[in-house]
Amino acid sequence: MARKTEFSICLAGEAGQGLHSIETLLVQLLKNGGYHVFSAKEFMSRVRGGCNSTTLRISSQRVEALSGVVDLFVPLAAEAVRRYAHLLTPATLVVGEEAIVKRAGMLDAPFSAIAAELGDKRSASMVATGGVAGLLGLDAEPLLGLIRARFAAQAAALLDVNLRAAERGLALGKALAAKSGLSFDLPADPALAGEMVLDGSAAIALGAVAGGCDAIFAYPMSPGTGVLAEMAGLSKEVGIVVEQAEDEIAAINMALGANYAGARAMVTTSGGGFALMTEGVSLAGITETPVVIHLAQRPGPGTGLPTRTEQGDLNLALHAGHGVFPRAIFAPGTLAQAFHLARRAFDLADEFQIPVFLLTDQYLVDSSGNVPEFPLDGPDLRRHIVAADASYRRYRLTDSGLSPRGVPSFGPGRVCVDSDEHDESGRITEDLDGISLQMKEKRFRKFEPVRHAVLPPDRFGPAEAELLFIAWGSTGPAAREALGRLADPRAALLHFTQVWPLPRDAAARLGQAKKIVAIENSQTATFADWLRLETGASFAPPILKYNGLPFSVAELEARMKEAR
Amino acid sequence: MDKSDYEIPGVELAWCPGCGNFGLHNCVRNAFAALGLDRQDLVMVSGIGQAAKAPQYLDVSYFNGLHGRALAHATGIKAANPRLTVVVESGDGDLYGEGGNHFLHAIRRNPDLTVIAHDNMVYGLTKGQAAPTSQRGMVTPVQVFGVASEPLNPVSLAVALGATFVAQGAAGEPALTQDLIQQAIRHKGFALVNVFQACPSFNKLNTHAWFKENTRKLDDAYDPTDQGAAFLRASETHPWPLGVLYRQEGKPVFEEQLAPYRSDSAPLFWRPRSPGLVRPLLQARK
Repeated sequence: MARKTEFSICLAGEAGQGLHSIETLLVQLLKNGGYHVFSAKEFMSRVRGGCNSTTLRISSQRVEALSGVVDLFVPLAAEAVRRYAHLLTPATLVVGEEAIVKRAGMLDAPFSAIAAELGDKRSASMVATGGVAGLLGLDAEPLLGLIRARFAAQAAALLDVNLRAAERGLALGKALAAKSGLSFDLPADPALAGEMVLDGSAAIALGAVAGGCDAIFAYPMSPGTGVLAEMAGLSKEVGIVVEQAEDEIAAINMALGANYAGARAMVTTSGGGFALMTEGVSLAGITETPVVIHLAQRPGPGTGLPTRTEQGDLNLALHAGHGVFPRAIFAPGTLAQAFHLARRAFDLADEFQIPVFLLTDQYLVDSSGNVPEFPLDGPDLRRHIVAADASYRRYRLTDSGLSPRGVPSFGPGRVCVDSDEHDESGRITEDLDGISLQMKEKRFRKFEPVRHAVLPPDRFGPAEAELLFIAWGSTGPAAREALGRLADPRAALLHFTQVWPLPRDAAARLGQAKKIVAIENSQTATFADWLRLETGASFAPPILKYNGLPFSVAELEARMKEAR
Repeated sequence: MDKSDYEIPGVELAWCPGCGNFGLHNCVRNAFAALGLDRQDLVMVSGIGQAAKAPQYLDVSYFNGLHGRALAHATGIKAANPRLTVVVESGDGDLYGEGGNHFLHAIRRNPDLTVIAHDNMVYGLTKGQAAPTSQRGMVTPVQVFGVASEPLNPVSLAVALGATFVAQGAAGEPALTQDLIQQAIRHKGFALVNVFQACPSFNKLNTHAWFKENTRKLDDAYDPTDQGAAFLRASETHPWPLGVLYRQEGKPVFEEQLAPYRSDSAPLFWRPRSPGLVRPLLQARK
């Protein structure tokens, strides 16, 4: 039997049972141990109880999606076995607490009984963490080291009980591994210890800081809140304005006020909150004020499924705001793309004085994994701001449509912006066939350079492919890996990380494909509709998923096979 | 500095003849001139409405944003550059109606800015519908049985929320109103000057003469530092009190508590930012 190259673990339990802590420690531990790891979670919209799961995929190759296979299932609550039974195969090793969970063939792991023995029931999640590490045959010291670092600021007794819990868990896990014959022997690469561990929210936030973001205004809403929390965590060290606004309307209007005064401000939200921000998008359009909008999608309509994922808001982002003005929409697929596109969003917004979107989703922002340290090459940040002299006019007519942007107090000139149609100096006008029309045309001229700056899609597979799959944003990595598994020399994949504007050569990029199949994590193939409109190409029935969960590689592989 | 410094030669003021906005416009210009404000560091912010056009008619930097959002814009401006003098000038519908939620929370935040609210108890730009401050029973083309809701009292609300400077003026009392505006701009923190004014086109009830009869200046003995007493005075109607109703010095202001300004008030755009700043942040994630 060929040596296994990957191993997936699904941990499931109630909210409040410490799944996130277990995940965080294990991901760090595995990365430090030289394994690639990708972790994603799905959870109910409740703080305690219910049933949630976290899946860790460990591999000797870089992994950026879930495989769809569960090798080890660790149910921490009775409900978990029922809810996730469909993920289990006869080959899945199930390890759980017999006192709580019933499952034929399950190995008993009395996590909470051990925690009770240690005198602190809350340490059950640490027993489980040690248990999983023990099952994988990992050494004790790296885990104990991580625990010491994590609890350094806590009371000594708390550190002590957690260390003992982990040790007991490790011993238990090792015994269970011996009993079950489980042998985890993936090749490890010690160089991975030097990589980072990030989740999607952190990647967006760090990319924003690299892009010069110095202010964030937001109203908490899942799954957009993670970026707000990350920025708050960085704010002391970097000096970032972080303000929780009274509502999303205030958030985007504060961001526009801040950007008018020279900041590089962003907002973060989800579909329902963004719906409230649409007036601000339009205001950014007419005042030509840059702003970056992070929109982490979740299923709608209305409150929908608050903690789940979907790629359903492309048209919302694209059409939000009355009137005609340019915008750009980025949709990262990987953690590295989340960082680099967030950074780029701020430059693009400032350069063209437009709203720029980062369109992510719950799956991406809540996924974590190891990534190499991002290169920070490139020039220092350009602020795209000029000193306003005495004759300064904010909306000076230019061939490019771009008027040099002044900010108040920088230079003696006045910086006047107006949501009404205005003249070059920013004053209200109703000169319909004169300056009013010229302003509309000036803003329209900016479409051209914004489109010129579009990032092309990434192509995987041969240029002459007959079968072309199209993915955008977070579905890209799973589609790419599934394509590799198809090993079909006639098939290729285009992954778009900028979904608006579309590249001018979009039709050429579709190549000679006889069959084009869109893959979208939503109920309608919205992006494919735009691509069809732009290129005139005809599309085969799309591969869609809209139950609030992301695609796994195995699932996409099967559906891409079917679609051939 | 002279008030003509703020004038734009030949500008046409698009208000109706007899509008209280003219008098208030003068008060604002005179107050700016008397304070000798450096125009380079002055920004006016307004929403939408007849009052919100005011910054258009002054030679100052301004952000004329969306209906109701003036305080959100102004808060963002202070967050980006605390050194700016920010003066919000807008109407009752804009600040208390569409922008009501922002009014509550701006007071809670206490940014160092001045709000000059034109209170004519009616909607002008949209032609005569009820404002949040319209008196009960006022018949309008929309409130055909008369206004059914209680009028909002902006000054008692502001005092209740602990706004650090709350004053009430009237366009018919220009000397007082100019002085209130000057005090408000000098005050460090959120300062509200609610200014009564007539709308001769759409409010036939609350006329210049009506405001004259129904307002009374606070006497010199009034102590504006007691919040409880101030609330009672601010709640008075028939007549409505004019003057500084409440003031509290020394309350921390919003922008100074933000991370970038704890030790440095330089505006964000002055600060060097290089991608290299993020390197240690990335390394911390290893």
